Amino acid sequence: MAQVFHRSSNWLARFSIIAVIGVTGLLFSILLNINRIDYVSEVGVAIDQPVPFSHKHHVEAIGIDCRYCHTSVEESAFAGIPPVETCMTCHSLIWTEAPNLEPIRTAWRDEKPLQWNRVHDLPDFVYFRHNIHIAKGIGCTSCHGAINEMPLVWVENALNMEWCLDCHRNPEKHIRPRERVFDVHWTPPADQEAQGLQLVEEYDVRVSQLTDCSVCHL
Amino acid sequence: MTQIVRQSSRVTNRVIVTVVALATVLSAAGCDLRQRMYDQEKYEAHEATTFFKDGLTSRAPIEGTVARGGLRLDTHLYEGKVSGELATTLPPSIEFNRALLERGQQRYNIYCTPCHDRTGSGNGIVVQRGLKQPPSLHQDRLRNAAIGYYFDVITNGFGSMFSYASRIPVNDRWAVAAYIRALQFSQEAAYDELPAEDQRQLQ
Repeated sequence: MAQVFHRSSNWLARFSIIAVIGVTGLLFSILLNINRIDYVSEVGVAIDQPVPFSHKHHVEAIGIDCRYCHTSVEESAFAGIPPVETCMTCHSLIWTEAPNLEPIRTAWRDEKPLQWNRVHDLPDFVYFRHNIHIAKGIGCTSCHGAINEMPLVWVENALNMEWCLDCHRNPEKHIRPRERVFDVHWTPPADQEAQGLQLVEEYDVRVSQLTDCSVCHL
Repeated sequence: MTQIVRQSSRVTNRVIVTVVALATVLSAAGCDLRQRMYDQEKYEAHEATTFFKDGLTSRAPIEGTVARGGLRLDTHLYEGKVSGELATTLPPSIEFNRALLERGQQRYNIYCTPCHDRTGSGNGIVVQRGLKQPPSLHQDRLRNAAIGYYFDVITNGFGSMFSYASRIPVNDRWAVAAYIRALQFSQEAAYDELPAEDQRQLQ
């Protein structure tokens, strides 16, 4: 009986076994890691807004405190997006003709909310709270980056779980004195780890519980 | 033999097609499930909705209703007025101490300094950028004003100043009012009244 396959087909058979395992493995690792790529999680991409509000101008140049607009950040889970009333506190008197601000004036006149585009959107099964982070000495810029340098806000850190856990395991790397939490110019001191450990102790941060599932996934 | 091989290759083909199809369906279903966990059927804070006419998920209390524990009959505390007149003292529930003044200083620096500046002279950064200058907190009219006056202005606004009632909670408004008093004293303080440390700094 004639051979169907030539002897040289053997390498093809062996190669294809390896290739199938390799390709499957590759696909699997791409699926696992795709969210780690900044391009996919849109890190550094400035988000368009109906009004080109600039944190760089209002925070860096004017020096307005974060809490002037984000009034609920110390008390609640949500930092608070200011109502147009907050904008109009100044802008009913200054830059009253600026075309950029027309959506604000229209919203104010018609008593309609202005629809901003969300920048940070955590999965709905993550229950992040701003207030506890602030109470324990985690500053705005630790997660949001140099917000005072952003004309339009972008995501500085992709906020994936690995990144959250990095700090939940070693909060001493990022914790700062409470009175510097809103200081956008704070930089870690040379002996951050030593000072951090002290603050972790002082603020009663229970590191052993920080990686419990229920801390973030209620 | 040739035929058998062809047959078995057809079978293999069918198995491959089925596996690929199943995998596609399963992963698509998986992605969909994942997506539905990411965006659950619930509203996040301030999220827009088509359910209510005004598009807001954050609802305001129905007019004329009072939430349990939200009754505000104490006019001294909530309006800065005692029997119709501006209150000249802090409400009894607000304890006057250093912590109150420090809280007031912090809140003043957040909400008031953009216009009134840190000393209260009314030359804040927004004024430097073209806003009409507010009166100095150190003029006689304001130095002699009742403390309830400051609470009232923060709560209801004054002239071109907006109300800060939605931004500064009641207790903090009293803290700010108390701190304004401290600021006024500080600008009027005589050299002899200063603690030794401050005197040294001035020399």
